[in-house]
Amino acid sequence: MELKELIVEKLKKNFGESVEEVTDFRDDLSITVSTNKIVDVAKFLKEDDDLLFVMCKDVTAIDWAKRKKRFTVVYHVYSFKNNYTLRIKTNIDENPPKLDSVSSIWLSANWYERETYDMYGIIFTNHPDLRRTYMPEGFQYHPLRKDFPVLGIPGSLPLPEKI
Amino acid sequence: MEQKLNVYNDEKLLKKVIEDRNITIEDALDNEMIINMGPQHPATHGVLRLVLRLDGESVLSAVPELGYLHRGYEKMAEDMSYIEFIPHTDRLDYTATLCNNVAYVLAVEKLLGIEAPKRAQYIRMMIAELSRLAAHMVAIGTYAMDVGAVTMVMWTFREREKIQDIFDRLAGARFTTSYTRIGGVASDADSETIGMVRAFLDQFHSALDEMDKLLLSNRIFIDRLEGIGVLPKEDAIALGITGPNLRASGVEYDVRRAKPYLFYNEMDFKIPTYSEGDCLARYFLRGDEVRESVKILYQILDKMPQGEIIANEPKHTLAHKSEIYSKMEELIHDFMIINYGINPPVGDVFFSAENPKGELGFYIVSNGTGNPWKMKIRSPSFCNLQALAQLCKGAMISDVIAIIGSLDPVMGEADK
Repeated sequence: MELKELIVEKLKKNFGESVEEVTDFRDDLSITVSTNKIVDVAKFLKEDDDLLFVMCKDVTAIDWAKRKKRFTVVYHVYSFKNNYTLRIKTNIDENPPKLDSVSSIWLSANWYERETYDMYGIIFTNHPDLRRTYMPEGFQYHPLRKDFPVLGIPGSLPLPEKI
Repeated sequence: MEQKLNVYNDEKLLKKVIEDRNITIEDALDNEMIINMGPQHPATHGVLRLVLRLDGESVLSAVPELGYLHRGYEKMAEDMSYIEFIPHTDRLDYTATLCNNVAYVLAVEKLLGIEAPKRAQYIRMMIAELSRLAAHMVAIGTYAMDVGAVTMVMWTFREREKIQDIFDRLAGARFTTSYTRIGGVASDADSETIGMVRAFLDQFHSALDEMDKLLLSNRIFIDRLEGIGVLPKEDAIALGITGPNLRASGVEYDVRRAKPYLFYNEMDFKIPTYSEGDCLARYFLRGDEVRESVKILYQILDKMPQGEIIANEPKHTLAHKSEIYSKMEELIHDFMIINYGINPPVGDVFFSAENPKGELGFYIVSNGTGNPWKMKIRSPSFCNLQALAQLCKGAMISDVIAIIGSLDPVMGEADK
């Protein structure tokens, strides 16, 4: 059986309704799962003997601005055994933008989730160290949200006083 | 004088001053100490800040702080057309500008579903490998300088200068190249450029051997690196390390082999790996990789085909200026591309390429308009720096410098 079919079939068998959408664009398989099952899916993908997605390459989010579920959190995971990069997505609401952290499963997700929190304000529960990565600690906004202007917000960053 | 007295009238401060006077060297060594290293520190390869908790001279814990070079490229990309963003990829990993150019246009081409002509792909492969040589020369030179072998940086930068001269001839710029285009490359590599590459490669072997002789006969250099900052295989995978640092820990993973792009599947090269995972292995690995790149470059020069350098996709690629000035169709397409963008189909792609620092990935979400809806840059330096806290734990403070040098982060890329 082809690998993509195997992944989809295994996930559907184990998580049933939680697998919301499967798309295959330009040979990139991407699977949308329910937010409450994200940690279980992550654990399954990492530990299943046929899949072994042991390395998390990237975690990020997309701000859709006008959709009902405003944010999509995107994970890219890699399996050395199958030599394949899989994309997992989950859609979350704006209020509150919360979901469980997968950093207990993939250690590398620690910093990626911090970056996503910094840029989008998405709160990862059970994250060991949810701080900002790039912006200063007292900064109020989340720059990659679509309602943050490209030019920035005047006065949002403390500047040195004029002499 | 009065002011001075006022200070001493402050009881709290007075107490502290008296306490400070009584501190001896033994106290400082007995107690924990917090040291702020960076962001302006020569050995941190840019503006990396480390907060170290020290017990005497050994590090109890280290916290890396990023963001001092954050320019918000991901935000800027959402406000630009796909073509406008090409020059900004230069500023990511600024030691290997052409590798970034190539990776970005390949990601956009994957999104568009087009392919560059064969000659363009060979030129891209050639510049990516030359760029890798240049980046590794910087990496090795500054690494050796960090641990005290200052001569090395002169020798490696001498070689790098020759590569920059090739870029100068090919792209018109030594450093900020912006040489690739969506669907091809900006200009053809003429026979003189090819000759320059060949001449460079012919003398590069002996230069490499000289460098090896210089460093490997240096007992201090070896002693400072051997067994320092050991990163086991399992931890390297769990922490998402890629590139030379992962291969030095014994994982044979290289994107050029795992998921070949361009024509790397036709090239004959080895993926060097080391099982030790210490600082010395990471140094050796870069040296081996340079030799493999030289091998690839010779093959590219031998196999370089003739032909077009930009794809015949009028709706996605910009025509040459002379054609725009003289032909109606080209003028219309140029107007449309510049004003409305190249409008890829709705969808999202993730493309990653093997860069000198590791796996550089672009995740692009398109909503069908001329600007990307979202662009995420998966920068290898950012991911590799995540290992720093673990590696520094328990090391001596002078080893921290060696560990940072061996991970070889570039802050332009880590901070985006």
